[in-house]
Amino acid sequence: MTRLRSNERHQIRFNLNGAVVRGEAEPRMLLTDFLRHQIGATGTHVGCEHGVCGACTVTVDGMIARACLTLAVQVDGSDIRTVEGLAPAPDRLGILQDAFKRHHALQCGFCTAGILMSLDHYLRERPRPTEDELRDMLSGHLCRCTGYTPIIRAALDAANLLATHHSAEKTDA
Amino acid sequence: MKPAPFDYVRAETLDEALTVLAAEGGDARIIAGGQSLMAMLNTRLAKPKVLIDIMRLKELGRIDATAETVTVGAGVRQQALLGWPSLAQKLKLVALALPWTGHVQTRSRGTICGSIAHADPSAEMPLALLALGGDVHLRTAKKRRKVAAGAFFTGMMSTVRADDEMIEAVSFPAVGGARCAFREVARRHGDFAIVACAAVAGKQGVRFAVGGVADRAAVRDWPRLHGSALDDALNSFAHELDARDDVHATARYRRDLVRLIGRDLVQEVLQ
Repeated sequence: MTRLRSNERHQIRFNLNGAVVRGEAEPRMLLTDFLRHQIGATGTHVGCEHGVCGACTVTVDGMIARACLTLAVQVDGSDIRTVEGLAPAPDRLGILQDAFKRHHALQCGFCTAGILMSLDHYLRERPRPTEDELRDMLSGHLCRCTGYTPIIRAALDAANLLATHHSAEKTDA
Repeated sequence: MKPAPFDYVRAETLDEALTVLAAEGGDARIIAGGQSLMAMLNTRLAKPKVLIDIMRLKELGRIDATAETVTVGAGVRQQALLGWPSLAQKLKLVALALPWTGHVQTRSRGTICGSIAHADPSAEMPLALLALGGDVHLRTAKKRRKVAAGAFFTGMMSTVRADDEMIEAVSFPAVGGARCAFREVARRHGDFAIVACAAVAGKQGVRFAVGGVADRAAVRDWPRLHGSALDDALNSFAHELDARDDVHATARYRRDLVRLIGRDLVQEVLQ
């Protein structure tokens, strides 16, 4: 049994997009705050902080998850992927990101990081989703700019591209 | 929107978790998937001094099926039960209702037992457990007890669970071939239900359950009702639920939904 005291900071380390990162956290520190303030990975956004808006969506050991409903101490030793892991290189966009750009699937961009993470995860399991399935999946995200229609268009386009010239490269979605 | 301070205990055995729970009592909370509790912590509606994480306990991650029941351990995530190959055959009502619980992004982490423990009046899993007549298996460091779903929920987010008890598992009767139906109305798929209804056909008649209206899910057992007898029963039930107006819907709209959805579902399972 491990007991981490509330008034102490504890060493946390995990894999973030393939690289080991470390920092310190009190037990109550959320994964969102750990990523942004301890690591400096500000791609993961903080919206509602109670699991409703989806802006902070990441994957934890391959499971799609709200970073605001996850404690940093819970993911010690885990594999975390965030939006920073999607692009194949610093000056290139992934297929999904590029589809978002082409279809104007973002305006202010606040919700985009979470939506990209959800779609990246979803399309790996369901490479040929229907529009209805995508809309159902996207119900876990709030976007106040686009009206969702361009997001659906971008997702369907990206799914097509990924399915036709499918690449096994992990960062290619 | 940050939790108040707490000690975090990562239990490696069930005994450890129960010993800490016995020592800390009401100051401690069990955390499994955290999809309800973390929101409560962030908004400080819950301020435990100790959080006991049970997700490393392999023995709690099991789905055990016999001919009569399906027992779901405290560590079983909602997504895991949805992906269980026998779900549609053994627990059709759960298979129908579970896709309405939260979103893909929360079902991947949230647990079945956590939803039962949280006891939100509009949640689908308490409704399904009640409609099927399932049991909640509670455990302390010293003893175990089994509480029927009908006696477990006592009001909005409150249950008969004592401070030193944790939910070890819940069990659903495997009604197999019995006809059942589920329908929900919410502003957005995955949001809290304005009204959620379940119907299960029995040997003598039908069991009809409603969530999202009263302070907890409610159930009625009726003989095989049709036509105006069914409408009268649904109308009485809708009024007995003591619906309130809130930001999501008026009481009258909720009663309307109970009557309309109720008629459809009862007719569907009695066909």
